[in-house]
Amino acid sequence: MLTADPPAAARYRALRQEVRAGHAERARETLRKMSAEIRLKIVEMIAGARMGHLGGDLSVTDILVTLYGGVLDLDPERPEAPGRDRLILSKGHSAAALYATLARCGYFPGAELGTFLAPLSPLGGHPDRRKVPGVESNTGPLGHGLPVGVGCALAARLRGAPWRTFVVLGDGELQEGSNWEAAMAAGHHRLTSLTAVVDRNRLQQGARTEETNALEPLAAKWEAFGWEVRRADGHDHAALLGAFAPAAAGRPVVVLADTVKGKGLSFAEDRAEWHHKVPDAGQVALARAELKEATR
Amino acid sequence: MAPQGPRRGAGRAGPRGTEGGDAVNGPTLHDCRQVFAEELAALAREDPRVVAVCNDSVGSGNLTAFREEFPDRLINVGIAEQNMVGVGAGLANGGMVPFVSGAGPFLTGRALEQIKADVAYSRRKVVLCGHSPGLAYGQLGPTHHSVEDLSWLRAVADLTVVVPTDREQTRAAVRWAYAAEGPSYLRIPRFTVPDVVPAGSPFAPGAALTLREGVDLTILAIGSLVPRALAAAGELAAEGISARVLNTPFVHPLDEAAVLRAAAETGALVVAEEATLSGGLGAAVAALTGQRHPVPLRLLGVSGFAPTGDPAFLLDHFGLGVEDVKRAAREVLAMAAARTPAPAV
Repeated sequence: MLTADPPAAARYRALRQEVRAGHAERARETLRKMSAEIRLKIVEMIAGARMGHLGGDLSVTDILVTLYGGVLDLDPERPEAPGRDRLILSKGHSAAALYATLARCGYFPGAELGTFLAPLSPLGGHPDRRKVPGVESNTGPLGHGLPVGVGCALAARLRGAPWRTFVVLGDGELQEGSNWEAAMAAGHHRLTSLTAVVDRNRLQQGARTEETNALEPLAAKWEAFGWEVRRADGHDHAALLGAFAPAAAGRPVVVLADTVKGKGLSFAEDRAEWHHKVPDAGQVALARAELKEATR
Repeated sequence: MAPQGPRRGAGRAGPRGTEGGDAVNGPTLHDCRQVFAEELAALAREDPRVVAVCNDSVGSGNLTAFREEFPDRLINVGIAEQNMVGVGAGLANGGMVPFVSGAGPFLTGRALEQIKADVAYSRRKVVLCGHSPGLAYGQLGPTHHSVEDLSWLRAVADLTVVVPTDREQTRAAVRWAYAAEGPSYLRIPRFTVPDVVPAGSPFAPGAALTLREGVDLTILAIGSLVPRALAAAGELAAEGISARVLNTPFVHPLDEAAVLRAAAETGALVVAEEATLSGGLGAAVAALTGQRHPVPLRLLGVSGFAPTGDPAFLLDHFGLGVEDVKRAAREVLAMAAARTPAPAV
């Protein structure tokens, strides 16, 4: 089991305070820089391991950064604190994005990211809560996160506890029926503490979602299941911060976050082949240049 | 041969007849589902973290009284087993102690990946309660039989698999699972059974129970096969055969020491269970003794999809009657005496 990195946790607390201080433009700028740093880490991890799911990592980065940077009530030095907010990454193949974010928050030392996918590394291809603090549930097979999130939200209600539960889903993942079992239950129980976030990058492993097994009309589907539907630019931190506000209609909230697979890398954006393609040396150099520019 | 063979008893006094008991009066039979419900309610009174989660199976899971007493703590997710198990994992994440109940075939088959990933691999303490296990649904057919559950769940790492036999063990299983650190699967017997396990018997992994002493061979049995094994051992004694009856309610992890001791001390084994032969208790015993202490061995269990029939008929159909256990016992003794490899079946 990895252990916390207290100095990094302190830096994270300072960042979160700044984001929450109320100055919208400064918050957006802080989160934008954090996203660029995390994207750079992701590229380095995948280039180093020669394996990974780059496209989905980069599409979900701003969602994770906004949640950790400005929304979730967490203490990386007490990852199992009973009253913590829960984030379940249902699209477990975006593990690299989660690891880079957790390390930035101080759940474990950033140096550990260099072991990504190496033999015996705690940082495997899909997150394992036995090894990585901050991971709430072991995901990888799709369609697992939302039912677990429903259970977390029910537990909060039974205990009279104020914690919120966020489940981050891929869009292709919504083809799994278990999501709709859970969506139905959350709507029935009016689980207002539950927020689902759909990383709507419109691509699944081999093709567009709408060409594979169409999801649209997606908002209407969630509405029909009893959810409050919000739509946001999934790369606009300020828009995401607004969308992650508590439920306003007595129903669970789903944020349909419009994203771009491979976001941030000119050569990878919105291209299906970058689902799990590994950048070559030239592409890594280009990515570094583009992302370093974005951190400024 | 005693007069109360299972075939003759099949139509009497409830779906499983009175096999193993007195032919005239029969043993007193009890409903383990009732005990399960009582024990769960008792735990819920003691511990506010205890919740029940079910898939529309409030009635068949005997949870009606629980719902009346704890309306907020009976979570009925409807007919949705994958969500049910995931919800259980989430409740455990949130500090609750969920007992996730459903008919065995749907709980284990439909939600197998959730059991693997959300519960066992995520190390969430969820108590999975499989109701109406084995062939209990009889005439409803193979879709409703839960004979694969032990094979499926023995294959999942870090999940304890428990098959209680009677009221005593059902009560003990619920208590044990509640107190255990990790997740578990309990098979809750559906039909009335006699009390065969002495009150106060130890109940823990590594605490297999010798229900009858014997020196010539050992009959390992679980669940519905325990009364039959005891009946067979009683009848074998009349033939001059001394059969030990060993009960291993913990199918996984298996009490390896007790099984190896039985192999060493009695030199021959029969394993009897209401589950598929491919991966249940018998397969576990075969793998263990085959590698560590090979002895003549016969495995009695279910193979293939069942034809139409009530549970008692089906047990006999699959060779799980008292006579079948006796025959297997004689076979392993003959093999042991001949000290030759097992003849082809």
